[in-house]
Amino acid sequence: MNTTWQRKDLLGIQDLSVDEINLLLDSATAFKEVGERAVKKVPSLRGKTLVNLFIEPSTRTRTSFELAAKRLSADVINITATASSLVKGETLKDTALNLQALNADIIVIRHSAAGAPYFLSKLLKASVVNAGDGAHEHPTQALLDAFTIREKKGRIAGLNVTILGDILYSRVARSNIWLLTKLGARVTLSGPATLVPRMFEEFGCRVTYDVEEAIRDADVINLLRIQHERQRKTMFPSTGEYAALFGLSKERFARLKPDALIMHPGPINRGVEIDSDIADCGRSVILEQVTNGLAVRMAVLFLCSGGQTGEP
Amino acid sequence: MSATVIMDSTTIDRALTRMAHEIVERNPQEDSLALVGIRTHGAQLAQRLGSKLSAILGRDLPTGELDISMHRDDLALRSTPPRVGPSRIAFDVNDKTIVLVDDVLFTGRTIRAALDEIADFGRPRRIQLAILVDRGHRELPIRPDFIGKNVPTALGERIGVRLAEVDGKDEVVVEK
Amino acid sequence: MNPLHIKNGRVIDPVNGTDQVRDVFLSDGRIVERLPGKAEIIEAAGKLVTPGLIDLHVHLREPGRSDKETIETGTRAAARGGFTSVVCMPNTTPAADNTGTIAFIKQRTAEGGCVNVFPTGAISKELKGEELAPIGSLKKAGVVAITDDGHCVQNNELMRRAVEYAKMFDLPVMDHCQDYNLVADGVMHEGHWSVALGLRGWPASGEDVIVARNILLAELADWHVHCQHISSARSVALIREAKKRGVKISGEACPHHFTLTDESVKTYDTNFKMNPPLRSERDRQALIEGLADGTIECICSDHAPHCSYEKEVEFDLAPFGIIGLETELALSLALVHKKFLTLPQLVEKLTVNPARLLRLNKGTLSFGADADVTIIDPDREWTYDVEQTASKSRNSPFHGWELKGKAVATIVGGKVVWRGD
Repeated sequence: MNTTWQRKDLLGIQDLSVDEINLLLDSATAFKEVGERAVKKVPSLRGKTLVNLFIEPSTRTRTSFELAAKRLSADVINITATASSLVKGETLKDTALNLQALNADIIVIRHSAAGAPYFLSKLLKASVVNAGDGAHEHPTQALLDAFTIREKKGRIAGLNVTILGDILYSRVARSNIWLLTKLGARVTLSGPATLVPRMFEEFGCRVTYDVEEAIRDADVINLLRIQHERQRKTMFPSTGEYAALFGLSKERFARLKPDALIMHPGPINRGVEIDSDIADCGRSVILEQVTNGLAVRMAVLFLCSGGQTGEP
Repeated sequence: MSATVIMDSTTIDRALTRMAHEIVERNPQEDSLALVGIRTHGAQLAQRLGSKLSAILGRDLPTGELDISMHRDDLALRSTPPRVGPSRIAFDVNDKTIVLVDDVLFTGRTIRAALDEIADFGRPRRIQLAILVDRGHRELPIRPDFIGKNVPTALGERIGVRLAEVDGKDEVVVEK
Repeated sequence: MNPLHIKNGRVIDPVNGTDQVRDVFLSDGRIVERLPGKAEIIEAAGKLVTPGLIDLHVHLREPGRSDKETIETGTRAAARGGFTSVVCMPNTTPAADNTGTIAFIKQRTAEGGCVNVFPTGAISKELKGEELAPIGSLKKAGVVAITDDGHCVQNNELMRRAVEYAKMFDLPVMDHCQDYNLVADGVMHEGHWSVALGLRGWPASGEDVIVARNILLAELADWHVHCQHISSARSVALIREAKKRGVKISGEACPHHFTLTDESVKTYDTNFKMNPPLRSERDRQALIEGLADGTIECICSDHAPHCSYEKEVEFDLAPFGIIGLETELALSLALVHKKFLTLPQLVEKLTVNPARLLRLNKGTLSFGADADVTIIDPDREWTYDVEQTASKSRNSPFHGWELKGKAVATIVGGKVVWRGD
């Protein structure tokens, strides 16, 4: 494969070609090995400045990006919405231009508004990496999920992958749907009808509200976190009802294919999406997803900052 | 572009045999010897040297391989990032005599990157350098310990090394 | 002011059934049968000469947000677009729910407006949808209709009473059709693209449900309710069916709704964010059909200026709306070029229909009528450069578009208020 990485940004999976996705995953393999050495550091991004601009807070993803950047020898600044002047009314545009004035090389942005990373990428010379924008995309999550599947199953094409839960408001679901369908997996979506509209069938997925059917032949089950805040109260009655209807209970677990993988982007709601014991069992790769997340993010940062800044 | 073959399968093999003997000669305390090849061709050459040294010493030497892409000094100057692959050093490098193996020695920057990377794995007692072809034009103060063949070249020329394991046949060519 | 002699233009005057090449004479602020004496000649060969165009849905932002637009700049934009009359919406600050605001608008119009400005008054106090605004006083102050545009009365009982009350004053009721609960915090049309982009969607039913409500109330009260900026196929169908039954219901459509679809939002460019939102191709086609068969009687711009810094934000946070007075005519003429409408049909929707709906003494070139005339070059090709707009704001998705058809002269009360090249 002769693909080289030409992009300065990673905004989503939708625009990536299959070759680009495979290049990212192959590179992640190399970076995973770095994490196994005594000196877990390479000088590739030495002297570069990376800013974690987290307008929507998240300790896990932010820590993962921070560690990935530091293992590449970059300098890291963390800006969260509560700490920054965004609360005082400075616009995203002004915040970003200020960061550019500091010659930040890479901006990793998480924001509750879809399209925010795209907005920044047009504005800034720096590389922009999407760490999650509203319900739109979370590309590094989908990449680490794919990396995990590939590592365990050897391939993605032809696998039955079921995504369970709140699909409508989930960026993890969307990025996974784009990536898995591009790579030839058979994707099934399931959950409450209010959160899993049939419209998703237009994107090459199968939608079913029969959870048993959804998981019966699954090679991989990706459980999404269920949130029951204000806007969801009109969507389903309670987490108790969700757990009873759609949760991965011990009984359901017993009916899965013997080598089916259990995945979850975290943090898990024990007892809601997944029975507590199952979360810790051998087929749950939830913790490996975290390790792989680090390798994938190192690959993303390495590739996006490789090359003359800004120029194609 | 014209290509002149300057080494064929036989000459490569003889050179490697001679180098293996030189390595043993230079390192009388050979119980701490280890080989590390620089991907891609260096790794194959390290394997071949490893076999020859095995035959001479009567035992296998620890062998590893390095991908130096993450340690390159030209990352900021390139138009696209290099393809990275994994490095694999499964033994403890501390206190060892490491023989670094590569196919062509040119500016010396690849070796500098390799030295940097090995330091991330530990602190070898000493590092020696074995290369198949030295084409001159050093940009850093790096010198080889074991040389297959000295081939003075012009800057515009290219040295191509092909090895059977990777390219189907053994040969070294100079391309003008 | 000199008498004007508009020569050799193709005169389209739907009220009189005119569509022929002839001359038009203007004198003393009126259309006259013959000229009193010497007149300034305007050569209109190859051009269209129509009654002055009327835009019945425009936001002039004064009082309160003169940073976005003033009556002066808004009317200049209207003149550049070929419009001689505009109807301005009441969602100003303070709202046009009191005679003081109406008086202010009239005063500012007299001071700096270059085209006719007809104010509308609010249906409810502060547009909150709780209590009736002083509709009788607003009528006395000179409003031509009542509407809560920008907002929508959710309480059906209140809306019913507003329609009955307005009937007393011969005031049409206009409505921005939006059910707040169905629409919730949506920012674009609910459909394929909202699902793909992860943006919260706004189902078409959020508009349809209120259109249905308005039809039933118009029937109940036997009075006019005009549904503003219709954007959905179902709304068109509902209005069509109700008109057949003789209900006093009408609708208007904006060029962006019959030109663009929700797919445009994929770049997250906030110039594609408006209320109601751009909808699917099916809805767009239904709007064009509705215009062609007369279901939708008027075309308007919903000219909604916003400062650049307000629009240059995340899609979720940007205010809704785009400017439109200067692109309206060309985008509407595209329907004629593509043979969906005839020229006389198009002219109707921009002249006599709005005039008749709002009881304006405009929209015709009959002798004795006000000398409001628009001269149009229907085939003129030009590129829209938003930086040249007379509006204070720049929020248009059509910047850089190659358009065909342009007003070349706008005449208000016999005076040329704008002449293009």
